[in-house]
Amino acid sequence: MTRLIVGPFNRVEGDLEISLDLENGRIQSAQVNSPLFRGFEQIMVGRSPLDALAIVPRICGICSVAQSAAAASALADAMGIAPTPNGLLARHLIQATENLADHLTHFYLFFMPDFARPAYAGRHWHSAVAQRFAAVKGDATTEVLPARASFLKLMGFLAGRWPHTLAIQPGGSTRAITAGERIRLLALLREFRGFLEKRLFGDSLAGVSQLASKDQLLAWATGRAGDFPAFLNAASDLGLDRMGRAYDAFLSYGAYDLFPAGTWQGGQVSAFDPVAIDEDTTSAWLAAGQPRHPAQGETVVDAGKPAAYTWCKAPRYAGQPYEVGALARQVIAGHPLALDLVQRDGASVMARVVARLLELALVLPAMEGWVLALQPGEAFCAHGDMPDDVTGTGLVEAARGSLGHWLSIKRGRIERYQIIAPTTWNFSPRDGNALPGPLEQALVGLPAGEGAPPTEQHVVRSFDPCMVCTVH
Amino acid sequence: MKVLWLQSGGCGGCTQSMLCSEPRSLFDELRDAGIEFLWHPALSLESGDEALSILEDCAEGRLAFDALCIEGAMLRGPNGTGKFHLMAGSGRPLTEWVERLARHAKWVFAIGSCTAYGGFSANTPGNPLEACGLQFDEQTPGGLLGAGFQSSAELPVINIAGCPTHPGWVVDTLEKAALEGITAGDLDEFGRPLLYAGGLVHHGCARNEYYEFKASAEKQSDLGCLMENLGCKGTQAHADCNLRPWNGSGSCLRGGFACIACTEPGFESPGHAFQETPKLAGIPIGLPTDMPKAWFVALAALSKSATPKRVRNNSVADHTVVLPAIRKKGGGK
Repeated sequence: MTRLIVGPFNRVEGDLEISLDLENGRIQSAQVNSPLFRGFEQIMVGRSPLDALAIVPRICGICSVAQSAAAASALADAMGIAPTPNGLLARHLIQATENLADHLTHFYLFFMPDFARPAYAGRHWHSAVAQRFAAVKGDATTEVLPARASFLKLMGFLAGRWPHTLAIQPGGSTRAITAGERIRLLALLREFRGFLEKRLFGDSLAGVSQLASKDQLLAWATGRAGDFPAFLNAASDLGLDRMGRAYDAFLSYGAYDLFPAGTWQGGQVSAFDPVAIDEDTTSAWLAAGQPRHPAQGETVVDAGKPAAYTWCKAPRYAGQPYEVGALARQVIAGHPLALDLVQRDGASVMARVVARLLELALVLPAMEGWVLALQPGEAFCAHGDMPDDVTGTGLVEAARGSLGHWLSIKRGRIERYQIIAPTTWNFSPRDGNALPGPLEQALVGLPAGEGAPPTEQHVVRSFDPCMVCTVH
Repeated sequence: MKVLWLQSGGCGGCTQSMLCSEPRSLFDELRDAGIEFLWHPALSLESGDEALSILEDCAEGRLAFDALCIEGAMLRGPNGTGKFHLMAGSGRPLTEWVERLARHAKWVFAIGSCTAYGGFSANTPGNPLEACGLQFDEQTPGGLLGAGFQSSAELPVINIAGCPTHPGWVVDTLEKAALEGITAGDLDEFGRPLLYAGGLVHHGCARNEYYEFKASAEKQSDLGCLMENLGCKGTQAHADCNLRPWNGSGSCLRGGFACIACTEPGFESPGHAFQETPKLAGIPIGLPTDMPKAWFVALAALSKSATPKRVRNNSVADHTVVLPAIRKKGGGK
């Protein structure tokens, strides 16, 4: 048995190190280390409750809006108010803009460059893929970065800026959209649709949304010009449709009133029960204790703790590790393509990427509908008072999965603030029952070490990890 | 110009923001200005050992680079060990890497307010992370590299402060360095490039008419000036956010929310709620830079008394409720 330490594991948001125990060139077991601790939960303690809206976006530069939305939801829950109809539409639009931009960034800048590696030089697809997707130098970025920047102009209108907006409030948004701006929003969505259909898919968004099985997907991709077909071609050749399976247990808090909350395991969708979540600190450099529900959670540093190997807690649902993200959302929503991929081969590198790009095709048309539904002149923000002693929960979906905030307020100040981020679920360490986290499980059995193909690179990045959120 | 980029106690948002550079692709823009990333944690191909060997070669002076860009606060804790951020794969504190690399850099750029002054990481009560900026601990010179540090271009750390930084602040500063270098005269006393920090956020604010008349917003989403009640520090914060728009047409003020002065050291703990203006006897404590209090009070009283109905009514609504009057030719008697 040899141990291999892989890091810095880049092109993930933040810092990541993975320890692999190898036997005959295969991974026997993996330990995932999130090596950066910032302590945002402590930063919040003692602050005025609404200060959370200014602080939490700074947890993450890529899921900044998701953090804002979770805080705003938790504060709204505490205040007993709900956003106005316009405020809710604006929030959906702001969150969807970030989530779709993140899917795009992940695919083009973080994930695809690995296929340009010299290790794949002999493959029939390699030279074209390297030309288009090589890190920084690939042809694709010339179009993708302006398309992304243009799409994020939605934020200029809806949220002032991205990242780190204060526009999202418990009662909706600070930024009322005018009749003229509503037209501009539609034009920006149309422009992004054009990029996706022409370059990413080589088909209409409706055509992509209707793909209902793996066979249909691969037949659709054959001979089609487009970046998604190019990925499917390379991924099929490398067998990435059958690599990277974790537990096939999925969780979603539900997104935009479009995709439902729930869990999925063994073909069964179940209702989501927020009480079933707890966090275990066994493998983290944090004080030991029984697993706690985040509403009673603690984050107390114990940097010298023996046998710990990460700053990340291990969240569990009904005591089990769960995978979150676009694939989880689409499986729980019952999209036939996502279900077929998972039921045939289990969650895989390919299934996770497909689900992410499928969301681009599904959510952009919904965004067009939300813009049309905006009523300029009607209120964008509801108002209310914060009780002095109260608790609140905010559960949202970031691009990369389920994000929860749990807060309690005492004598008008934040007394406790606990956060479970998507990658906290996916990249969690072993818990008190020695159950590995989803990525730790997904890596077992893969080739690694001297002379091995860079498979583990694809598997790790297939989760679209956000390490700055993971520990926060 | 070869750029080496590392991230530490921050959120990565300055890189995400930089990728919004426009109108051209960031990579095309930088390439044509002669700027290349030797390694960037979010963008480069090299991972694991390949990346570590680039960093080690740079730290040992075997591989030349020009600019060291650091994004995120320096975490020196617990107890000076740096264990709150050991660089993945190396087992060594990120702070140690920064100290080694800074010795070989022509220019050291702090990307974002965390890196410049410590940021939120330095604002847990008691600062258990022992977090600081590269050359400042909030307003106090020092930080990780020390008040006397100079890079080989004989400059202190260049603090491109902001939370996050505007893509233009970073791109323009890097391009200026590549084109003709940077001198001490290009920076303010907190090390910020004057090319973006030479004015105030207030300059160009779309709510200026409301400001002039002290027609103030009373609640979130109101159109009025955010200074009197909702915590806006645009008249004190050094940056060009309302002259150099964000994401096409935005800014914090245009987004309807207060400037929290994110380019200023110590903005994270203002001593009051972010979205409320602290007042003494009804007068905001944080008055505009350069303005004597008595003048402000007198001017405010005068302008409030002269506020047109249109401005007053619109200031407390989230959309225009009174349109500007149209003056017709030959009328107006």
